[in-house]
Amino acid sequence: MQFMLLIYEDDAARVAHMDDWMPHCGAYVEAMKKAGIYVAGERLRGVDATTSVRVRAGQTQVVDGPYAEAKEQLGGFHLIEVPDLDAALAWAARCPSAARGAVEVRPVWPL
Amino acid sequence: MTASAAREARAVAEAIAREGYGKLVALLASRSRDVAGAEDALAEAFAAALEDWPIKGVPRSPEAWLLTVARRRLVDRVRRARTAESAAGDLAWLAEELASVPEPEIPDERLALMFACAHPAIDAGIRAPLILQTVLGFDAATIASAFLTSPATMGQRLVRAKRKIREAGIPFEVPGGPELAPRLADVLDAIYATYAEGWLDPRGADARRRNLADDAIGLGRIVVALLPEEAEGLGLLSLMLHAQARRRARRDESGQYVPLAEQEPGDWDGALIDEAEALLLRASRLPGSGRFQLEAAVQSAHAARRRHGRSDWSAIFLLYEALFASTGSPVVAVNRAIALAELRGPEAGLAALDTVSSDRALDDYQPYWAARAELLARVGKTDDAARAFERAMGLERDPAVRRHLDRRRNTLQPAKPSETNAERRVESLMVEKET
Repeated sequence: MQFMLLIYEDDAARVAHMDDWMPHCGAYVEAMKKAGIYVAGERLRGVDATTSVRVRAGQTQVVDGPYAEAKEQLGGFHLIEVPDLDAALAWAARCPSAARGAVEVRPVWPL
Repeated sequence: MTASAAREARAVAEAIAREGYGKLVALLASRSRDVAGAEDALAEAFAAALEDWPIKGVPRSPEAWLLTVARRRLVDRVRRARTAESAAGDLAWLAEELASVPEPEIPDERLALMFACAHPAIDAGIRAPLILQTVLGFDAATIASAFLTSPATMGQRLVRAKRKIREAGIPFEVPGGPELAPRLADVLDAIYATYAEGWLDPRGADARRRNLADDAIGLGRIVVALLPEEAEGLGLLSLMLHAQARRRARRDESGQYVPLAEQEPGDWDGALIDEAEALLLRASRLPGSGRFQLEAAVQSAHAARRRHGRSDWSAIFLLYEALFASTGSPVVAVNRAIALAELRGPEAGLAALDTVSSDRALDDYQPYWAARAELLARVGKTDDAARAFERAMGLERDPAVRRHLDRRRNTLQPAKPSETNAERRVESLMVEKET
């Protein structure tokens, strides 16, 4: 099964500490690659660089900022392939961001 | 088709539905993770059996027959569904399912099913109902009335939980290594929640709830049979059997509530107590302590009255100390205070209650107010005691216990209370609430 690990944490802190935190995140990704479970993943720019688009009554509305205002925001994701939820949860628990924010584990709904 | 053949077929099918239902559901769901699909396929297999067996005779291995038919239905169902919703992930287990030959001995995957139902990803409140449905085959309406909720709500919550098991990828397996203890604790909590619901109906007078305590013990026996080396599983079964041994003694012939201290040890079920003690002894020789062993040991210290005429209060106090250290639960603190009152007098007990009285969780906890009332009565504060009894009565849902509290309130003496009677009365409050 494929699972998406969605990383939520304090957006301002994440952007400010990116250089310090990145090596830990990199080591974690390496571990997932070595285990042969890694499919894809990226880090994302902060809310300052975020734009939301809505189409209402045929009108496109472009708004500065994220979908929902909150201190904790989606900061990146990993897509992994593991046998079941327990394996996905075990990998999520190893994500350095889990100690600061939360990692949401979502099964992929295959097409 | 003769009438006797039909009767025999029905009797065999009913026996399997009663004894083997959970085993068949567990096996059918273990590969697909589709509990609802497994239940439906099994229901169809039972229906087919009731048509087929009266004519062709009951097969030599009726369980294997049901399993084969249900597997076929399960696979058909997925094949049909695949056109609507592509299910690449289903292909692997589908192949295994088709390749599996009927085993001479049907493997017992019920424990794996229980671990899936009590998975931390499943809402804690629905774990016990889910286990009752999948392992014991209860319908939603029966479970709803046992847990005092509406059938529609219970049905929806069960459907949602089963969908979560399938879609979230919750595994059907008994976790190994360091994962086992915390996950087993979740399973045991769900079983104990079932027992606690059954315990609220002490005489078994309520037909809808009557078997819940027995069912919980049945689930506890499954855990002990399949994980015989897990001390906490043994501890839970011991705890439930100890409580069960005294269940009948909690009412007299006229249905009046009989507090623990006034129960005749001769009215307790000696065979159940012996079994409970043996289980606790077995648990004590295994690694791993925990809440259920400690609580079973408290019950054992009460059961000591059978031989020594008095509960072992110093042991009970120490056991609640240990429980409080590991749980920090205000409910445990109340029981610890009651034990302390037995050892050092009502003032010490009241002082201990005061240390937790600011905990809002106790505002609506009947045993706290009843214990407070008894201790206040013992130190002669009858007005305060009366108010506390009244509050306790307002919080109690069992009318027999309410009547008991009312009688106690009406016998409050403004003068010095008799020490020995009061002492017994405080003891009477212990353990009536298990959680």
